[in-house]
Amino acid sequence: MFILNWLSHFGRYLQLMGRTFAIPQRWHMFLRSYRLEMVQLGINSIGIVLLISFFIGAVICIQIKVNIQSAWMPRFVTGYVTREILLLEFSSSIMCLILAGKVGSNIASELGTMRVTQQIDALEIMGVNSANYLIFPKIMGLLTMIPLLTTFSIFAGIIGAYCCAWIGGIINQTDLTFGLQYSFKEWFVWCGIIKSFFFAFIIASVSSYWGYNVEGGSVEVGRASTSAVVSSSVLVLFSDMFLTQMLTK
Amino acid sequence: MIELQDVHKSFYGKEVLRGISATFEDGKTNLIIGQSGSGKTVLMRNIVGLLDPSQGQILYDGINFTALTKEDKMKLRQKMGMIFQSAALFDSLSILDNVMFPLDMFSGWNFRERKKRAQFCLSRVNLEGTDNKFPGEISGGMQKRVAIARAIAMNPKYLFCDEPNSGLDPKTSLVIDALIHDITEEYQMTTIINTHDMNSVLGIGDHILFLRNGIKEWEGTKYDVVQSGNEHLNNFVFASDMLRQVKDHIEIK
Repeated sequence: MFILNWLSHFGRYLQLMGRTFAIPQRWHMFLRSYRLEMVQLGINSIGIVLLISFFIGAVICIQIKVNIQSAWMPRFVTGYVTREILLLEFSSSIMCLILAGKVGSNIASELGTMRVTQQIDALEIMGVNSANYLIFPKIMGLLTMIPLLTTFSIFAGIIGAYCCAWIGGIINQTDLTFGLQYSFKEWFVWCGIIKSFFFAFIIASVSSYWGYNVEGGSVEVGRASTSAVVSSSVLVLFSDMFLTQMLTK
Repeated sequence: MIELQDVHKSFYGKEVLRGISATFEDGKTNLIIGQSGSGKTVLMRNIVGLLDPSQGQILYDGINFTALTKEDKMKLRQKMGMIFQSAALFDSLSILDNVMFPLDMFSGWNFRERKKRAQFCLSRVNLEGTDNKFPGEISGGMQKRVAIARAIAMNPKYLFCDEPNSGLDPKTSLVIDALIHDITEEYQMTTIINTHDMNSVLGIGDHILFLRNGIKEWEGTKYDVVQSGNEHLNNFVFASDMLRQVKDHIEIK
């Protein structure tokens, strides 16, 4: 029963994506929506991304210094490990998990409300491909913005680590800088950015699926919002496993 | 002209519409009436293509709508306008942008022409000066009028209204009814209205279809309603004692 239910959702998701990925009926309308979605889903998330990344960067720095560094370890290890964690997992995967909560629920509740108030039906009656008009700009907007948010997150985390080192006096600036630069592989930055593209697609498309297919009223919109966050978070973690395996071979 | 030919609709084996056949002519206000659960909304959703009939055909000026491809249906829908029970205005757009929306999508006109047309439609429903307001800032009656303006923006051939008077006071309901009726005559549209409102039935019902348990129980004009001997129709239209007395009075006259 669970498998049948899952297959049914997957089939409907594929059908929805089939309708979503079509040439926009009016490019100027698409570009207007695309711009708005970039602001709503991306620009409006910059604050929370910077805030969380700053503090997580600082906390990672403290934890590594307290728990890992010892007389047997080189002094740059704190900066080195902080950088690797930020580049490889935190700024791409964990930040996308956080965004799945913020952006995913936003998308699902917006589309769900449009469905229950018949706004999506109104689009269909006008002859508009509602999936393409509503979902495509969200996917493209998030695909554009998430790599930028990932990059901002990396910088904010590193600044957090520096602030912690300076203000808290946990580690000196030279050791931290040396650690952050030690054995740097540019590919790891690209790994984070490539992963974030996949996560952006998962968050936008899965959340749109739940919101677009709401049936009922406000209770169902709430349920769809929860389902959107849970399923996109699980899928982000699941795909992270495979992407990490593939990209860091 | 819209023709329904033996339209059936079932959900999970339960038949909701059972062989509905009817013709809705141009320039007439066609009403679908019936109790809650009689199948009015399902029939309307089948006519506009939001649902597909299980059996039967729906013809738009001779074109079999049910047999069209999704793309062709979308093209035909550009000739339709619809007013929803909840008005279904786009919350994120201003009143002017709501009315301009179908023009933005399909007209190919420049911005000035689109704006002029939208403002004309708003003036047609007596809503001048509300361009920059948002749907949340205006009353329910005004929202319905904006929905009418949006529905007529593309000069549609077919207009559908799903309970346009629900939630409105009797006076505003009459204004909305009169507006729909006038627009239908003016633009010679085929208008179909789902309604519970007896004022609408007796006021603008050029052609009335009475549904009961998914079957077409009765068909006629607003004048026929008063003289009809159909018990179910009389129980529905003249539900209160006062209305029954009015009917008896008219019959005696």
